[in-house]
Amino acid sequence: MKDIRYILAIKEAMEEEMDRDEHVFLIGEDVGLAGGAFGASKGLHEKFGPERIVDTPISELGFTSLAAGAASCGLRPIVEIMFMDFVTCCMDSIVNQIAKMRYMFGNQYSVPIVIRMPEGGGLNAGPQHSQCLEAWFAHVPGLKVVMAANPYDVKGLLKAAIRDDNPVIFIENKTLHAIKGSIPEEEYLIPLGKADVKREGTDVTVVSASRLVNESLKAAYALSKEGVSVEVVDLRTIQPWDRETVFTSIAKTHRLVVAHEAVKQFGFGAEIAAAVAEEILDELDAPIIRVGAPFVPASYSLEKYYVPGAEDVKKAVMTTLERSF
Amino acid sequence: MGKPSKEKMIEMYRAMVKIRKTEQKLMEVFSHGEILGFLHVSIGQEAAPVGICSHLTDDDYIATTHRGHGHAIAKGIDLKMAMAELFGKKAGYCLGRSGSMHLADKSRGIMGANGIVGAGIPIATGAAFAAKYKKTDQVAVATFGEGATGEGAFHEALNFAAIKKLPIVYLCENNGWAEFSPMSIHAPIQSVTQRALAYDIPAVSVANNVLEIYEETGKAVERARKGEGPTLIEVRSERWYGHYVGDAQKYRGKENVAQAMAKDCLLNFEEDLFQSKVLKKQDIENINTDLDAEIEEAVRFARECPYPEVSEMMDGLYL
Repeated sequence: MKDIRYILAIKEAMEEEMDRDEHVFLIGEDVGLAGGAFGASKGLHEKFGPERIVDTPISELGFTSLAAGAASCGLRPIVEIMFMDFVTCCMDSIVNQIAKMRYMFGNQYSVPIVIRMPEGGGLNAGPQHSQCLEAWFAHVPGLKVVMAANPYDVKGLLKAAIRDDNPVIFIENKTLHAIKGSIPEEEYLIPLGKADVKREGTDVTVVSASRLVNESLKAAYALSKEGVSVEVVDLRTIQPWDRETVFTSIAKTHRLVVAHEAVKQFGFGAEIAAAVAEEILDELDAPIIRVGAPFVPASYSLEKYYVPGAEDVKKAVMTTLERSF
Repeated sequence: MGKPSKEKMIEMYRAMVKIRKTEQKLMEVFSHGEILGFLHVSIGQEAAPVGICSHLTDDDYIATTHRGHGHAIAKGIDLKMAMAELFGKKAGYCLGRSGSMHLADKSRGIMGANGIVGAGIPIATGAAFAAKYKKTDQVAVATFGEGATGEGAFHEALNFAAIKKLPIVYLCENNGWAEFSPMSIHAPIQSVTQRALAYDIPAVSVANNVLEIYEETGKAVERARKGEGPTLIEVRSERWYGHYVGDAQKYRGKENVAQAMAKDCLLNFEEDLFQSKVLKKQDIENINTDLDAEIEEAVRFARECPYPEVSEMMDGLYL
C-alpha cells in the first residue's frame, strides 16, 4: 500500500490506462503543457507527447463533440472539463449526441468516452465555479455518472470508466483533490454501478456520494459517541445506481438520509428517496430526510454556510430518529 | 484534378437521379402517412453530395444533416435498409429507432444525419482527428447549410481543425434558406467562404454544378489526404421545397421558388451528358427505369418488414 493524493490517483489511473491502450488519449484545456488546471495530468505531456495529451482552444462544445467523433471511430478519449460549470457549454454534445449515439444509431456505434470534471465549492469561487450538476446527467438515458469520494475509489473507478464502452460522466470534487488516502501498489479496478458501504451501522442509513461521503463519515463518528449507529453507503455510481445495496441497508436500519452537495431540490437524493418510497416504503420507520445546498446560486462570501457538511448530516440523522413513526 | 472519366460521369448522373427519385418517392409515401415525424428533402441539391462522395471510399467518413438522404445515398447506403429505417422498421439501419433525421451506416463511414443544426461538424472533425491519430489516409467530410455557420459548433470545429491540420473537408451547401429565413437574416456576408478566412482555411465558392463541385472537392480531398489540412467549399445550392415536407413556404415568394427550380442541377447535367454524347436518350431512359424499379423494391421491402417489438425498446441502453 502507499499513501497518495486524490489528484495523483487520477493521474495514475490515466497514465496506466494510456500505457495499456494506445487508443486512450486525454483532451482538454491546458491539460498538456500546463499539466491541467488542477494538476491531474502533470508529467503526462512529457511522457506521451502532444498527440495523446491534447491541449485545446477554450472551446468545450467543440472538443467534446470532437472526442465523440473520435470515440465513434475507435479511439477512447478522456475529456477534461476544467470546472463542472463549464460543461454547460457542451450540453448538445453530451445530451443530444454522446448519450444517444449508440442507441439512436441502432447499436452501430459505441462511444467509449470519459468526461472528467471537478464540481463543488471549497475555493470561494462563486456562482459559476462551484456548481454540482450531476443530476442533470443522471437524468439523461445513455450516460453513466460516477462520483468518487477518496483516492482509492477515484483510481479504481476512473480505470473502470476508461475501459467502459459507454459514455461516462466522471465527477471529481475540488476539495477532494488534495486529500490523501491509501491505495495498493498493484493494479485494481472498481466496477461501475456498485455502491460501497463505507461504514456499517444499525440505526440510520446515510446514502451519499463524493465529498458528502466523507462528511457523512465524520457525522457518523460523532454520532457514535452519542450512541447512534449510522451506516454510510457511498453510491460511487449515481447512474445506474446500486438499488440492492441501498435497499439492503434500509432493510437493516429502517431510516434513510440522503446527502449531496448539490442543491437539494431535484438532486439525485430525490430519486433515491422516490425509489425507496415507491418500492420499500413499508421498511421505513421515519420520514426520509435530504441534505443538500440551499436552492440559490453558490455564494462567494457565505460559501461555508452554503455548502452542506457533517453538521447538516448529523442534524438530518437526528431528525429521522426524532420523527419516527 | 481534371474532368471525371465517362464511366465516372455516368455513375455520378445515376447517383443524382437516385437521390432525386428516392426523395420524390419519400414525399409520396410521407403524404400517405407511411413515414412518421419530419421529412427534409434535398431536391435541387443533389450535385453537392455526389460531387464530393465521388472522391471518397467506404473508409472515409461523412457526417451529415437533417437534410441528409442525398449524402447517405451518394456515399453508397443500402437503399432497402435505409428505406426500412425511414419506415421505422426493425430491419432499418437504426433498428427503426430513429428515422430520417438519424440515418447512419457505420460500414460505409456514414456517421449519421443529425437533428441538431451544426452538431455533425465537430463530430466529423473528431473522425478526422482519429484518422490522423491512427496515421491512416482517411478523410472526413462535414456537410451543413449556411444556417449552421452561425452555430458555435461550426467555429469551434474549424478553429481546431486548422490548428491541428486535420484531414477534413467542410462542405457547405448554401441554399439561401436557413429553415424559414433567408441568409440576410443570418449572416452579414455574401459567402460562407468569408468565415473560413478567420481560421486561415482555404475556401472556395462554386456553382450548383456537379462537375465544378467534383473538381473543387477533389482538390480538397486530396489536400486532406496529403495531410495539408482542412478546406471549406461552399456550393451555391437551391432548395426547392420547404424546410420540411409540408412547409408551404409562405415566407418565400413563388418567384423565388420558381427561380430555384429553374436552376436544376440534375437536368443541367443530364443535358450536358446528352450534348457531349456521353449518354443517349435511351441510356437516360434505362437508368431512370432501373432506378424506379430499385426504389419500388426498397419501398416494398420496407412496407413488408415488421416494426420493432415494444419489448425491445429498452435493449441496448448500456453495453
